[in-house]
Amino acid sequence: MAQSNVASRLEGTGAHALELDDVARHFGALVAFSDVSMRIAAGERRAVLGSNGAGKTTLFNAITGDFMPTAGRIRFFGEDITSMPTHERIRRGLRRTYQISQLFARMSVLNSVFLACRGVSRNRFSLLRPGLSDATMAQAELILNAVHLDAYRDTLVAALSHGQQRQLEIALALAGAPRFILFDEPAAGLSPTERHDLVAILNALPKHIGYIIIEHDLDVALRVSEYVSMMHNGRVFKEGTPAEIEADPQVQDIYLGGRHHG
Amino acid sequence: MSLVTVTRTQAGTSGILDRIGIGHIALAAALLVYPAVASEFFLVQIGAYSLIWGLIALSLMLLGGYGGMVSLSQITCAGIAAYIVAIFGTNSMNIHGFGWPWWVLVPFAVLISGLVSAAIGAISVRTEGIYTIMITLAIATAFFYFAQQNYVLFNGHSGYAGIPTPQFWGVHWRDPLPFYYLCLGVSVVAYVAVLYAAKSTFGLALQAIRDNPRRMRAIGYDVTAHKVLAYFYAGLIAGLAGVLLVWFNGRVSPGTVDVSQAIDVLVIAVIGGLLHPIGPFIGAVFVVLIQTFAIDIVGAERYNTLIGLVFLTIVFVSPDGILGLWQRLKPHLAQAPLRPSRR
Ligand SMILES: Nc1ncnc2c1ncn2[C@@H]1O[C@H](COP(=O)(O)OP(=O)(O)OP(=O)(O)O)[C@@H](O)[C@H]1O
Ligand SMILES: [Mg+2]
Repeated sequence: MAQSNVASRLEGTGAHALELDDVARHFGALVAFSDVSMRIAAGERRAVLGSNGAGKTTLFNAITGDFMPTAGRIRFFGEDITSMPTHERIRRGLRRTYQISQLFARMSVLNSVFLACRGVSRNRFSLLRPGLSDATMAQAELILNAVHLDAYRDTLVAALSHGQQRQLEIALALAGAPRFILFDEPAAGLSPTERHDLVAILNALPKHIGYIIIEHDLDVALRVSEYVSMMHNGRVFKEGTPAEIEADPQVQDIYLGGRHHG
Repeated sequence: MSLVTVTRTQAGTSGILDRIGIGHIALAAALLVYPAVASEFFLVQIGAYSLIWGLIALSLMLLGGYGGMVSLSQITCAGIAAYIVAIFGTNSMNIHGFGWPWWVLVPFAVLISGLVSAAIGAISVRTEGIYTIMITLAIATAFFYFAQQNYVLFNGHSGYAGIPTPQFWGVHWRDPLPFYYLCLGVSVVAYVAVLYAAKSTFGLALQAIRDNPRRMRAIGYDVTAHKVLAYFYAGLIAGLAGVLLVWFNGRVSPGTVDVSQAIDVLVIAVIGGLLHPIGPFIGAVFVVLIQTFAIDIVGAERYNTLIGLVFLTIVFVSPDGILGLWQRLKPHLAQAPLRPSRR
């Protein structure tokens, strides 16, 4: 699987989920990241690693349109989305989670996921209340099962624990037939058990769904990705398979700080 | 799965009464028999008038409470509906007065009010908080001066008078009893519609946009479109109120839409509370009562001082208005009889 993805990337012939060409984002004089070019095949699972402030989250913001890129070009399944509003990108199958949970504190868990399902459907302006037998509600309940939140469907989001809120973040990204997901440090602040569950959820995703995951925990990252991009000071400085990255002396110097053995 | 079954059974057996709520049933009964105990003055000048102002404030509650958008131009939308009734219907000024029948006139006036509100929304939704208040206040003020200076359409300072309330089904709708029930009927329809829609996809989305617009974009919502549509619906409600208002007064002039009226809508909504669509009606009764009897208590010219003090007190004691006060008291009241009596 990993092999074929890498091959198609090298040849540049396969259907790419995401193509970034020299993308950059500046905040005034500050360069959050620059000259980032990536080719990610459909269904590919990529990890982005890098130290604090490397520009990983800002890269996600540029891809989703939360903050527009200041330079470069972004294509999503062949379509130029560089200056498209966020909701249009989402309706084309792009999803994301946030490093700091962005949820609806006063809403129930089920309604949150229900809204996420409706956001990409034509019924998003419906003035009718969803019934118990509503197909979208059933879809939302399936997603809650998948992230192990089914017991909390009627709980207010504000009453969830940190770990449960992180799971809800993922549920919102899974709603409505995504094709490609950006996970921003989904494991941050999770207990070992919760991390284990997270890895299981990611590995259980349908094969056609590709993703990029930002992850500080190398062990998690290497277990859920087939290719790794390393960022430092706003640039991608190394790409390779998990094994290559782990063995790379430069990576060990900058990112691992000698923490890991070779 | 068992959870779902239980909920379904409960909804089936305890039925409609529980869904509507005991409070609503008591309130409906009280409002229906109110004419039996109220004098003509209390029926129309207090009852119907409060319902009309409650409707205008309800349109603000929809925007402010569910959407987090405080608009001061809802009175402008109501005023535009009122002017349309005068211009396209009948008036005694010999200006325009195309004599459209009420069943064309009313939907037309309400629709235009909705569209104007949507346009105001489109201008102001990119602003937030205090800036929304400023820009909508500017629009309300601009319309007031425009209506005052434009004679071709709005007949300037004097506006329109002699606007009749229609008679149909053998009822003269401006008679006290029919007019009260007309205002009550329209208010109930608008209130129930808002209450129902609050839990529809659109209503939930609007509240979610209020709480986290960024996340809403990231799950596929066009936040601007949703907000503008909310303004449209709010404009429909304000338009209905405008029609009732012009029938109530029999006239409309720039004074109907001046800044003090715009502020009154906000005062009513805030005093009543923006938590629930009943708030605006509570606030309206409160303010109309003060308006009517302030003259007896403090004299006509001190009315604004009095309403200002009441406003400050309520906002200071309970930021969520009378409704918030009630919600804080309710648990205590409910618990009181359960407490063991102490010697
Ligand atoms: N909205 C913003 N305005 C100004 N500067 C910003 C903004 N967002 C990010 N930055 C800056 O851009 C740089 C990259 O930040 P970013 O959040 O992308 O890093 P990161 O790799 O996600 O780090 P972390 O691992 O801590 O999450 C930082 O120097 C940060 O201060
Ligand atoms: Mg980050």
